[in-house]
Amino acid sequence: MESSRIEKRIELAAPASRVWRALTDYREFGEWFKVKLHGPFIPGQVSRGQITYPGYEHITWEARVERMEPEHLFSFYWPHVQSFEKTGNPVDYSSAPRTLVEFRLEPIHIGTLLLLTESGFDSIPAEWRPEAFRRNDGGWTEQMKNIESHVTQNP
Amino acid sequence: MSHKIRKRITAKPKARARVFAALGDKTRLALVATLCSGEPCSISQLSQESKITRQAITKHLRVLERAGIVRSSHAGRERIFQFDPEPIEGLQAYLSSVSKQWDQTLARLKSHVEK
Repeated sequence: MESSRIEKRIELAAPASRVWRALTDYREFGEWFKVKLHGPFIPGQVSRGQITYPGYEHITWEARVERMEPEHLFSFYWPHVQSFEKTGNPVDYSSAPRTLVEFRLEPIHIGTLLLLTESGFDSIPAEWRPEAFRRNDGGWTEQMKNIESHVTQNP
Repeated sequence: MSHKIRKRITAKPKARARVFAALGDKTRLALVATLCSGEPCSISQLSQESKITRQAITKHLRVLERAGIVRSSHAGRERIFQFDPEPIEGLQAYLSSVSKQWDQTLARLKSHVEK
């Protein structure tokens, strides 16, 4: 279902081998993703670490690596929680809904085209929305157009 | 529909599928379009704008109400229907917040591999 996935594409001026290393070497991944991981990514295994992004250092990072096809596809499942409030306890991911994150690499003239998709949002409760959106009454007309095109394109 | 019931419905993937199923019909989509762009309407007001019968409209409104997209209240002898954006708006809002985080994360990846 189109309305329940995120798709991004970004052109990177670096060869696929370089991008692959940045994505799958756990230390390099940690640098730009802002997480200190405990060990390497291994398909089928859970990767854990500690977020290093300022203000979010109390959060544990967790993902289950799905596929690693060199210079082509890196994917993992990760949990979503409604709130990352500081409670003093580690975040409980045991019953959290999970989405699938996929990084796909394609060679292009300037280097690498990176396609990111995150899918599986159907399992996320609809009431998980930021306070800002709760107050926002506008934007519905736009949503109607989205829904209309969704139902006409996927009868 | 009470907030509690709505919460229960929207929290379930099955309920979300019901929302989309409810909208996957031309007549119902037209009813929602009418209701979301204006004031709450009675069944007779809604049937004036449509070629289909009052009974058929009532049936379609019931499907929308079960999905939580519209809710009704009594005004004298009439039932008034009102649009409720919450079931679908919630998911879209969450998606757009995750989407914004990805923009920032990918920008960091870009500067990381291009430096």
